[in-house]
Amino acid sequence: MAKANQKVHPLEELIRTERLPHIWCPGCGVGTVFSACLSAIQETGIDHKKFTMISGIGCSGRGAGYVKLDSFHTTHGRAIPFASGIKMANPSLNVIVFSGDGDLFAIGGNHFIHAARRNMDITVICINNFIYGMTGGQVAATTPHMDRSATTPYGNPETPFNLPLMAYASGATYVARWTMIHSRDLTDSFVEAINHRGFSFIEVLSPCPINYGRRNKIKSLNMLKMFADNTIIKNNADPAQLDIDFKKGIVLGKFVDIDKPTPDENYEKICAMRE
Amino acid sequence: MKPKVLTGEHFINGDIACAEGAIAAGCTFFGAYPITPATEVAERMSERLPDVCGVFIQMEDEIAAMTSILGAAWTGVKTMTATSGPGFSLMMETVGLSVVTETPCVVVNVQRGGPSTGLPTMGAQADMMQAKWGSHGDYEIIAIAPSSPQEMFDLTIEAFNLSEKYRVPVFIMSDEVVGHMSEKVVIPEAKEIKTIARIKPRGRKDQFKPFQPEENGVPPMPAIGDGYNVHVTGLTHDEQGYPVMSVEAQKDMMGRLLSKIRDNLDDIIRTEEYLLDDADIVIVSYGVSARTAFTAVDMAREMGIRVGLLRLITVWPFPEEMIRDLSKRVKGFVTVEINMGQISREVQRCVGSNVPSYLVGHAGGTVITPDEVINLIKEVFMVTNHHCINK
Repeated sequence: MAKANQKVHPLEELIRTERLPHIWCPGCGVGTVFSACLSAIQETGIDHKKFTMISGIGCSGRGAGYVKLDSFHTTHGRAIPFASGIKMANPSLNVIVFSGDGDLFAIGGNHFIHAARRNMDITVICINNFIYGMTGGQVAATTPHMDRSATTPYGNPETPFNLPLMAYASGATYVARWTMIHSRDLTDSFVEAINHRGFSFIEVLSPCPINYGRRNKIKSLNMLKMFADNTIIKNNADPAQLDIDFKKGIVLGKFVDIDKPTPDENYEKICAMRE
Repeated sequence: MKPKVLTGEHFINGDIACAEGAIAAGCTFFGAYPITPATEVAERMSERLPDVCGVFIQMEDEIAAMTSILGAAWTGVKTMTATSGPGFSLMMETVGLSVVTETPCVVVNVQRGGPSTGLPTMGAQADMMQAKWGSHGDYEIIAIAPSSPQEMFDLTIEAFNLSEKYRVPVFIMSDEVVGHMSEKVVIPEAKEIKTIARIKPRGRKDQFKPFQPEENGVPPMPAIGDGYNVHVTGLTHDEQGYPVMSVEAQKDMMGRLLSKIRDNLDDIIRTEEYLLDDADIVIVSYGVSARTAFTAVDMAREMGIRVGLLRLITVWPFPEEMIRDLSKRVKGFVTVEINMGQISREVQRCVGSNVPSYLVGHAGGTVITPDEVINLIKEVFMVTNHHCINK
């Protein structure tokens, strides 16, 4: 608790301060994204009781453990089906999935595709740090080609996902990408996503200096510099052109924003229509 | 629109009776994935849930089906899924999450022959050990074995009640034969159906500890949006629900998760006895095989052999004490089950060296006949006197 002469942190009411310090490493970007998410929750003006946060497993997956909301730290890859159960059972809740690229797109990839196809009315925030951070830096479905990791010591032979393209192709009705240094755009995007009816997806590029940067000889600040210099904001860009290639430049912005009914609305309508 | 409770006499199969039991118990969320021979449970739920303002969703796989019912349960509703062997295997990791987060739910396994794809359309009882031990780590769950469509109705209600009371996943370990068998099912008046509601927390919200137990060892459970700001994790946690990576925290949490079941065995375990009082030989059986066993007991009695039946309605937790006590006054045990020796091992463990214990088992695909049971009894108890274990 803040002492009388201390300023209260603007997000204090949304943080389980008794759980600090957090587990995130120095130079990690998760905390910044987490703050942006909490700021967005505040900005919506919606009663906090109407929010719930669901995480999977991994560094980003610890988000649910620090937010002072009804929050769930589930099994690896399963945050989305857990969130879908919540949303369908109580559509009045704002359901935020806060997790990482390994969790959401390797082990949990199928759930992502299907929740997007359904236009499930949840907000999925994916912190993409290009690596499995918590387990010590193994190659992910998002690791750029030829990059080094604990399990690709000579370079990654595979190509990474283009996550916004996958979200769009699967049926997501709100798709955006930012980096963690674009914290103002990021917060605005989170507010939009929370208010959006349907499946909203925001990819946030974020540094993992310990387990990705170190192996690929990218210093912490240089990574942030790349996020600033090698990115271009291009709203409504073609999702097929959103491959991650720092040499070519990475496209950021809002790519999809479509209004479409959600499964909870449709289910209720169909049930009301029957004899 | 049909009412919640379809009071009256019906001629329906076990899968449909199970769905009706769920609706009558107050289930309002079903996470589905089709699989033979459990699909009819999902089909019936998809038709019936709108009648009670409930939600049916068919998920992308059994992992998602099982996970969705946990999420839904935290909104304050009663939830269920139904599957068979391969799907049951996929659900196992999430079963562990259900146990450790104390999320009530009911999981129906209409068992078929395994391993792997096995015999999709043919019955077996070979997932009994998986029900107990299928997820990693130590834990206690409750598993119930219905023997008839009527019990698919009655015991599904019981499963929901136990699940709410103890905040554990409860398994309905049915099988293809009971699931697909049509018989008369009597559904009572709604007011005669006893259902247990979830205990909600009382008192100050800012001081609430979501995993602090009440007298029966079970903590009250708030719903999302009640304002308690609970944190729920699959990690080892303290009473606040916060992760603690320590030997002590693991011991405390595990201790309570086990004891809330182990200290309440009298309340949880249900068995049925048939001609046990004067029995020399005890048949232990459950589910569809118990039907075989009833006939076998009658046949043996006609031949003048004093055989009785202990039917396990609750299979997990196992009625250890009961079997141990019986072993002190009878001459032997025969376990009848459609597998190659699962519950028979539990019986053997409880009986020890007191008396011999045998298995009449089958690899799966059909039921066991009463003749097979009688033949074994005649062979090992009437003709020879050797100590063959789990023949």
